[in-house]
Amino acid sequence: MRVFQNANYKFLSMRRPAYFASAAIITIGLLSIIFRGGLRTGVEFTGGVLLEVQFSQTTDVGQIRDALTAGGTTGVQIQQLRTVGGETNDFLLRVPVGEEEDQNAIRDQIRTSLETQYSAGSFEIARGDTLSAKVGDEFQRTAVIAVLLSFLLTLIYLAFRFEWRFGVAAVIATVHDMLITFGFISLFDIEINLATVAAILTIIGYSLNDTIVVFDRVRENLRKKRKEAYDVTLNRSLNETLPRTVLTSGTTLIALFSLVVIGGAVIRPFAGVLIIGVLIGTYSSIFVASPVLLEIHDRARRRSAIAART
Amino acid sequence: MFGSVRWRLVWIAVLVAVCGFALVPETIVDEVTGESERVWPLKLGLDLQGGMHLAVEIYDPENTLSGQDLDDAVERTLTTIRNRIDEFGVREPTIQRSGNRIIIELAGVDDPEQAKRIATETAFMEFKIVTDGQEFMDALERIDRAIVNEVGIENLQVTTLETEPEVDLSDILGGAADSAAAEDAAGEEDAVEGEDPAADSLATEEEAADAVDEATARPLSALLGQGRILGEYLVPQEDQPTAAAWLELEGVREALPRGLTLHWGVEQVGAGAGSYVPLYVLEAEPLITGDMLQDAGPANRDPTFNQPIVPFETTRRGSRVFERGTARNIGENMAIVLDDRVQSYAVIRSVLSRRAQIELTPGASFQEAQELALVLRAGALPMPIEVVEERNVSASLGEDSIRQGRTAFIIGIVGVIIVMMIYYRTAGILAVGALLTYVVFMLGGLAGLEATLTLPGIAGLILSIGMAVDANVLIFERVREELAAGKTPRTAVDAGFGNALSAIIDANLTTLITGIILFQFGTGAVQGFAVTLCIGILASFFSAIYVTRTLFIMYLNRRGSRESVSI
Repeated sequence: MRVFQNANYKFLSMRRPAYFASAAIITIGLLSIIFRGGLRTGVEFTGGVLLEVQFSQTTDVGQIRDALTAGGTTGVQIQQLRTVGGETNDFLLRVPVGEEEDQNAIRDQIRTSLETQYSAGSFEIARGDTLSAKVGDEFQRTAVIAVLLSFLLTLIYLAFRFEWRFGVAAVIATVHDMLITFGFISLFDIEINLATVAAILTIIGYSLNDTIVVFDRVRENLRKKRKEAYDVTLNRSLNETLPRTVLTSGTTLIALFSLVVIGGAVIRPFAGVLIIGVLIGTYSSIFVASPVLLEIHDRARRRSAIAART
Repeated sequence: MFGSVRWRLVWIAVLVAVCGFALVPETIVDEVTGESERVWPLKLGLDLQGGMHLAVEIYDPENTLSGQDLDDAVERTLTTIRNRIDEFGVREPTIQRSGNRIIIELAGVDDPEQAKRIATETAFMEFKIVTDGQEFMDALERIDRAIVNEVGIENLQVTTLETEPEVDLSDILGGAADSAAAEDAAGEEDAVEGEDPAADSLATEEEAADAVDEATARPLSALLGQGRILGEYLVPQEDQPTAAAWLELEGVREALPRGLTLHWGVEQVGAGAGSYVPLYVLEAEPLITGDMLQDAGPANRDPTFNQPIVPFETTRRGSRVFERGTARNIGENMAIVLDDRVQSYAVIRSVLSRRAQIELTPGASFQEAQELALVLRAGALPMPIEVVEERNVSASLGEDSIRQGRTAFIIGIVGVIIVMMIYYRTAGILAVGALLTYVVFMLGGLAGLEATLTLPGIAGLILSIGMAVDANVLIFERVREELAAGKTPRTAVDAGFGNALSAIIDANLTTLITGIILFQFGTGAVQGFAVTLCIGILASFFSAIYVTRTLFIMYLNRRGSRESVSI
């Protein structure tokens, strides 16, 4: 079986519409983030309380909210968990806390309120995360530092193995993917928590991998045919790697779809973000990374041409 | 050619065997119950198996502590928490320091609230006088009767003696008093000579054989063996929980003479089956309490006798109280009680006030002295503890996550396998074979490095599987290209592997760099992701480059000279 064999698509001539499409999607995402007042961050980032409560009797969000309000806790986000089979009696309760508030006290208060309204044995706290604002800040800071540092080292590595411009193009493509992913996360109102952070890290890895495979072919073709125009070589490399790109993305997507369907409530948003990431990562290695490489090349050539004239 | 294939197979077999060995379930036998249990060596994170994760810090909103003081305070708190969690009896607790934070991980905790309370209470220290035990011995009969009354004779028979026909209570109690006196006398000898406590326990066991009725009515006395000093009694370790529960009973508390209090010791005496927990009879009124201690340590050595000593200092107010207290009790033993547990004891040689020192027995190691200094400081400068992070996952939810994750994982893998076999036919089957070795390497690596598999870790796993598949795809596409260019199967395969190599190396190395950075600088979840990613990358690299290649060579050898290859 073969797909896209001997393909000859003019990917690079489509780069302007692609830039436009990317810019449009990123803008929509950023607008969504601004409109919603930032990304919805979980207790990992803000500090606070996250409880997953399993009730043995049927109840609903309204009743739980009443119980909490009666106990003096307000500002709780309540979400009913669903499975493929329908609604469950599992609820997620989230309360963000500020610097001055005591997250442990809030947690105790919620428990007491629930015990007052429902009898003590009729619910179980299946999962409970309580984090101080300080720990949240720290997690956020170290995650950002780690990602930025890994970008820097990728740049250095690619500059060493390829040329500096390959590194720049790869990092730009990866940042592009992250921006779009954040946009999607905001549009679908997905919470940024440990699972989404893991998903974003995975997308970075996947996107870099995809870009490097294409660039490897570019590097090889540049060595082989020095006389061919830069954009022709780039375009040919994209077409030559196309079967691999499609097949790898395809198999990864198959695995991810099974996670979405069967993986359960915890894994589902995670796998959903990954699917978007794989699609974007594949798109960006064709329509962002290589075109950016071409732009950098053209600009450098123009500059050296100007330098030669003077 | 054939020889090289054989060597390749040997290498692969060795690696598979090593990784497979790391995955063999261990059989762990519980020392107390004798039950054995098979344990899968892959450690699951608390998010997957259920349990409690606590991160605590010293509560210091004014930032008054820094540098050496802060470091010291964290160490003391760590000692306190270790002591308490060990008592709490959780299997394989992880208590470790991470910077100035203390991480406590407890798997399978039934009551997380209790665990949290125990770990985070402020340390409380008292110095109390060890009594000679006479008053306690006199009250033992009443205490035993209180236990019988509250627990019920039939329950006691079950717990202490299996079954025994009805007994005449009064008769037994009469006989008991004599034996208590005898035991007491024997005990005094022990204390003076400092005999091995195990010798005494032998006597009790011998007694137990013909004194079954007696023990029925004297539940507590039957468990007590004389200790190394007066006022110390040794209880067999397996009976300690039962005895501890009895001592909590209302009637027993009432039966205990006023002014006395009972405290368990932290240390264990003896080892293995003959292991005992000491129980101390102390004066209820403390000599001084932790807030009257100013500071303690560091441990050093006595300049003349060279034995380890631990100096300590009391506050101005504490010194007056201490002076009066020690003046009354010269020659007595003073117990150091931290969090209701006797940590250590020492003889009061002279009247002590502001500065004093504890001399350890000549045989004691310097390390013991250092530990005692830490205990004293934990009590002298107790630190309020603040929980900055708490995560609880119930075991049932953990099970659900594992089950769902596993099913999804298997279906995903099967999907990938089907696609590979349809698309690449025989070569696809070879790739699947290589992927299977990848799974063994990956899991074996995780188990061998004692890495913990968490939910974010599964994400790293998925990415590395994706890259393992990708490496095979890259190779096969290259082989196809070479075949299309008219090369013979053998040269096409060689060229295909050669050409794909640079892409695979660059992609894997970049990802590995990212993984290492994330591990180094990330925390918690990010690290969990990074560990599986790094191990996965190495496993996938080896399986794609080496295992697939070997399988390919074998396949070509079998096909002989036929001019086609199924790819």
